[in-house]
Amino acid sequence: MTKLERQNTYLASFERLERELAACGTPALHQLRKAAMARFIEMGFPGAKDEEWRFTSTAALARVPFEPVFPTSRDAVEPSRSLPQGVILCSLAEALAERPDLVERHLARRADFRFHPFRALNTAFLRDGLFLYVPAHTVVEEPIYLSFVATDAPAPSVWHRRCLVVAESDSRATLVEEYTGAADSVYFTNAVTEIVVGAGAHVDHYKVQREGDRAFHMAAMQVQLGRAARFSSHAVSQGGQWVRNEINAVFEGEGGECILNGMYRASGEQLVDNRTFIDHAYPHCASHELYKGILDDKARGVFNGKIYVRQDAQKTDAKQTNQTLLLSDDATINTKPQLEIYADDVKCTHGATVGQLDAESIFYLRSRGIGLAEARSLLTYAFANDIVSRIKVDKVREELERSLLEAHHLPASEAGKEEA
Amino acid sequence: MMLRINNLHARVEDKEILRGIHLTVKAGEVHAIMGENGSGKSTLAGVLAGRDAYEVTEGEVLFEGKDLLELDPEERAREGIFLAFQYPVEIPGVSNTYFLKAAVNAVRKHRGLPEYDARAFLKLVKEKTKLLHISEELLKRPVNEGFSGGEKKRNEIFQMAVLDPKLAVLDETDSGLDIDALKAVADGVNALRSPERAVVVITHYQRLLNYIVPDFVHVLLRGQIVKSGGKELALELEEKGYDWLKNSVGEPQPV
Repeated sequence: MTKLERQNTYLASFERLERELAACGTPALHQLRKAAMARFIEMGFPGAKDEEWRFTSTAALARVPFEPVFPTSRDAVEPSRSLPQGVILCSLAEALAERPDLVERHLARRADFRFHPFRALNTAFLRDGLFLYVPAHTVVEEPIYLSFVATDAPAPSVWHRRCLVVAESDSRATLVEEYTGAADSVYFTNAVTEIVVGAGAHVDHYKVQREGDRAFHMAAMQVQLGRAARFSSHAVSQGGQWVRNEINAVFEGEGGECILNGMYRASGEQLVDNRTFIDHAYPHCASHELYKGILDDKARGVFNGKIYVRQDAQKTDAKQTNQTLLLSDDATINTKPQLEIYADDVKCTHGATVGQLDAESIFYLRSRGIGLAEARSLLTYAFANDIVSRIKVDKVREELERSLLEAHHLPASEAGKEEA
Repeated sequence: MMLRINNLHARVEDKEILRGIHLTVKAGEVHAIMGENGSGKSTLAGVLAGRDAYEVTEGEVLFEGKDLLELDPEERAREGIFLAFQYPVEIPGVSNTYFLKAAVNAVRKHRGLPEYDARAFLKLVKEKTKLLHISEELLKRPVNEGFSGGEKKRNEIFQMAVLDPKLAVLDETDSGLDIDALKAVADGVNALRSPERAVVVITHYQRLLNYIVPDFVHVLLRGQIVKSGGKELALELEEKGYDWLKNSVGEPQPV
């Protein structure tokens, strides 16, 4: 297939499904879909010449003629016992039908698709998805779980997942996105999540990616932080053969705080690419970022963290750390912190480390009677768990800890029992 | 005899650091090894615990009759040797409790004892926290991460209490501690003194020995023990410094 033909696979799907798509949402939304499709055809899949994609080839992904699958996203929401009054948690289609006023203000206006081919594709096929709306001064105590399961399909399928979260001023919500899929099938998750954190609101976001071994996973998250808004993201990436996570966070008012933490483990020939961009557009905002990766076998990692401090953004406090543990000589990481600072009264630091397990730590564990192999396992586990332990949702943290311990052949933790 | 060191020579890369150490330690005894920076104190501790930066070129170390130098660090620990680190390592991502349980069970397995389950382990840990006046909150925190200097050293002694070694080597456990932290650590060590256990206290200063009173004091100078005596030797060193002993030992020989 030529490059054009590959793109035409998507165009053909679009034309075939267009009537069905148009039926969902307003005509304005459908114009957006058409514009996005046209833009995708113009851009095509990113190539190696694109600086943003230098280390991550899309060739293998582009080669597969994926057919779009439309999940009913309502199934993805775990029923929550009781949501406070005014909170809306429904499919995007429902929301578009019943509350277009709340949706269209934000949908696809935040995650810009003009220069992002995958977002353009996602927008072109935007039919359904999830919508969470938290009214002002409303606290949603219980975490909201969104579970995206790519079920087995006869042909390679692409799942264009879409979430829109609007947390109005001084509200509070916790969101957990989980991605899983059939172990043996080739499929493509192309997800876009837009989160609007209103003034003084606080949103905690957790993402657990456990896709099947042969999956492609492309996820873009766009976060807008209002004045004194707080947002935290913990992204754990463990599955998939080709994974790219993009997070763009923009401060749209003073006094915001953004935490981006991530952990990924890759082995075999997996590729994991994490790309974060924090736009310090206003003064007195803080961002703290810690990404840790463990690469084994021939796995490849890419980290690109950009912090952009605009001229007006005085008193910015930005810290970025990227640590990679290479367990094999054949594993590679390309790590690139990018600080662009145009304000003069700021505190910005970044640090990247790449290496093996620390010899002194290994000796410390051995000097306590722990054998060499177990010491190595325990330290590798600890490296990853340093991120997992920061997860505040007990269920998510405990489950991840358990699976990490298992993966490293370590005895289960009795943290729960100790509390008892 | 618990520990017998005969004519121990060790070097780091091309530098000879230990140049013929002789020392015997019996169960129940507390020995202090004093010396200036660079005298070989920490090297001796490292060689006993099995740190691989050091190469033993001559001599032997017997622990309860076994050739200690043949054993890996973890085997030494399982046999009953404990090293309290001068600079305890921080391990973010693993709680003190989990780490200690892994260690205790590795030791118990080696000794043919059943591994502790959560309940039994918790009981043991609670006992020891009471004995050493350590807060249980400390146990839930990641190993040494964000601990103050004093907390780190107390955590070392706490690990010692839980692992119940036959021979504990304290490597400059007093360094960087203020007087209150020093007393707390010393109280912990004293609470663990027993007729079955030997302790080797390695220190630069006499101060710690006011609180952990040794049976024997040895002065280490340029890789050799140049003087041994009772606890009063420590006071003498405090008063006179180390210089007066320097005539009694030869210049280092090139390797």
